[in-house]
Amino acid sequence: MQIKVLRSKTGTHQLYTLPAGEIPLLSALVYIKETQDATLTFSAGCRASVCGTCAVRVNGREELACAYKVKPGDVIEPLQYHPVLRDLKVDKDKAKETLKKGMTWLHQFQEAVLTHEDEKRTEKQTDCILCNSCYSACPVYAVNPDFLGPFALTRAYRYSVDKREEDAKGIIDNIQNNGVWDCTLCGECTAVCPKGIDPKMDITMLRGESVKHGHSDPSFATQSFGTPDFGGGGFGFDPNAGV
Amino acid sequence: MVDVLVIGSGGAGLSAALAAKEAGASVLVVGKMYPTNSQTSMAQGGMNAALGNAGEDHVSLHIADTIKSAHGLCDEEMVRHMCADAPKTIEWLEKIGVPFSRIDISNNKSTLYPLPSTLSISQRQMGGASAKRACYAQDYTGLKILHTLYDTCLKEGIPFLDEHYLLNLIVPEDTIKGVTFLDIRTGEVKQIDAKSVVMATGGYGGIYHGFTTNMYGATGDGIAAVLRAGGAVSDMEFIQFHPTALKHSCILISESARGEGGYLLNEAGERFVDELKPRDEVARAIFSQMQEGQRVFLDVRHLGEEKLMELLPQEVALCKLHEHVDPAQEIIPIKPVAHYSMGGIDVDHALEVTGIKGCFAVGECSNAKVHGANRLGGNSLLEITAFGRFCGENAYKHAVYASSKPTDDSQREKDRREIDALFAKESQESFYPYREALGSLFYEKVGIVRENHTLKEALNEVIAMQVHQKTMALHDKSRENNQNLIEFLEFQNVLLLAPAIISAAIARDESRGAHYKIGFENENDDFKKHIVLQWKREMA
Repeated sequence: MQIKVLRSKTGTHQLYTLPAGEIPLLSALVYIKETQDATLTFSAGCRASVCGTCAVRVNGREELACAYKVKPGDVIEPLQYHPVLRDLKVDKDKAKETLKKGMTWLHQFQEAVLTHEDEKRTEKQTDCILCNSCYSACPVYAVNPDFLGPFALTRAYRYSVDKREEDAKGIIDNIQNNGVWDCTLCGECTAVCPKGIDPKMDITMLRGESVKHGHSDPSFATQSFGTPDFGGGGFGFDPNAGV
Repeated sequence: MVDVLVIGSGGAGLSAALAAKEAGASVLVVGKMYPTNSQTSMAQGGMNAALGNAGEDHVSLHIADTIKSAHGLCDEEMVRHMCADAPKTIEWLEKIGVPFSRIDISNNKSTLYPLPSTLSISQRQMGGASAKRACYAQDYTGLKILHTLYDTCLKEGIPFLDEHYLLNLIVPEDTIKGVTFLDIRTGEVKQIDAKSVVMATGGYGGIYHGFTTNMYGATGDGIAAVLRAGGAVSDMEFIQFHPTALKHSCILISESARGEGGYLLNEAGERFVDELKPRDEVARAIFSQMQEGQRVFLDVRHLGEEKLMELLPQEVALCKLHEHVDPAQEIIPIKPVAHYSMGGIDVDHALEVTGIKGCFAVGECSNAKVHGANRLGGNSLLEITAFGRFCGENAYKHAVYASSKPTDDSQREKDRREIDALFAKESQESFYPYREALGSLFYEKVGIVRENHTLKEALNEVIAMQVHQKTMALHDKSRENNQNLIEFLEFQNVLLLAPAIISAAIARDESRGAHYKIGFENENDDFKKHIVLQWKREMA
């Protein structure tokens, strides 16, 4: 079985041969490094889909290397919109900055006894392992590198709906610029999330919350028919629909 | 000069950093990966605290269970400290927003704790526990605690220095002055001066390469650095084997699978052990079945798909992916593999490292003597958060009175020369086959059941490997982002720790907790003590 890996030094795909049989991509990369090419560079951690270290692109789609089973002819490349440090290893610093910019934490604790239903409300969102797959798959970054992005917005949503958060408005106010309205709701993030999280839905919900807190879709205000005071009509509105 | 330098960005490091910052310290967290990549994310089952939310429980019962499981090797004062701190640590986690699993509050009769919102935290059964005591977040407890700690660190503006690999501690005159790191991205050797240092660098389960639930980087880097710097390590022979790892991939299936009612079966479909006994006993029972040629399985089918998806969603996904087994329909092939290092850096009651003033250690790298010869499930997440905070506070207290006179750069220059020498060495021999060999050697000869003659064979093989190490070289000569170099340095660390583990195992002619030796199958009061190892200082 052969696979191709994009090498950063040459900018070309290098062919590697693996023994036949089922093997997770991460194990295949380790095998190559140990036996064929010690210079092949990638990031590895838990092997169990939970540390968020090993996301790459396989045939153009984001996958956790530890959870993807290699197929003959697979083309392995680093995540998009991250500076490549070497081969499949990328610099995640800028992507992680979105958490700081989005202030995605519990702003002000208030006493609230959560129920099982409350737990369910953020169960999926808190499965996030920060693998950055959604960031890599998000087409908004091609035009707006300052976009807060799917994982940061999912995290903002997770805290904004936590009943222990006294200052949900503070979270919502903070994600208006380069935030909820910049998403095109294309759903690529949702499609690639290895944990089954749905950032598109979270962003849609955040738009609804934004409107409740008095915000509105900025692109809506600039439409030809637009008046900035358009009430609650921003919910689920696609800013690119008229473009 | 930073007040508190935290090395390691898992749950212990982040808890220490938050507490030190809260106390007023300037803090820097340095790690070899990114903060949320750490092994804390892999902790599944839960975190113990005697809240009594799921039936009667008391701190005293938690203490008694922990002491019992430790088989006489714990420091009871430290156990009391940790267990008594557990409820308030849960309160702290509740306040920063950890998304615990919840129960219907109307069932709750407890009014002991001042924060009502902790009353709805669900608690589950773990092995060796006399009550449902483990607070959890489905089977993602470690992940969700870790990420919430990280979010809180960002909120508090705690600075991180990622992708810096720990080289050496700078300890002139028995007091820590700073630490040297390799900047993985640039290949530069750097020195960071600090008044206090917190080691939160994780365990050494990675020595069992290929036979462990641990992540690739669990190579005891901090423990090795402490040894090199003249500090002490203890109880190194105590390594916990988790009873239920997936047979082919060694991926962990949480103890909560048994806690929720799962069975262990042999090929004949017979149960052969009380599944809720502590891990050492269950692992040995499985091992003896396997010695008889039996394959062993975990059976959770009777729990039903709905309950499995509610309580163990991660396990279900991992079984399907790595073992092609649907736990709702089929039995799961398992084997016990190395999971947790009870031993580690020897510390006092303030978590200060024996032999190095101003250097503290917490979490799996440290031996705070709360787990003794066998750790209880649910006590490690407790240790990293409760003692993590305690450690950060103590490190700051030391920093307040520590001298801010900087040290020289002799250690940095020495490390630079050593890294240069590694690059200069030419050889065809790779260390990777030896990393594999060391893993198999440890699983076979320093494993669940030990014997003196095979331990001695293992020691000889390890010493031969240490000699042979000098002929091994890097095959990637890039200075920047050289993972081959990092893995070699990690291998050197496990190889440095290997003889400490084996010689302690040889010295302990008895069986106690996770250490079981043929010919010495009982506990012997003569060995009711810690084996402490420290290198002799080189004379100047």
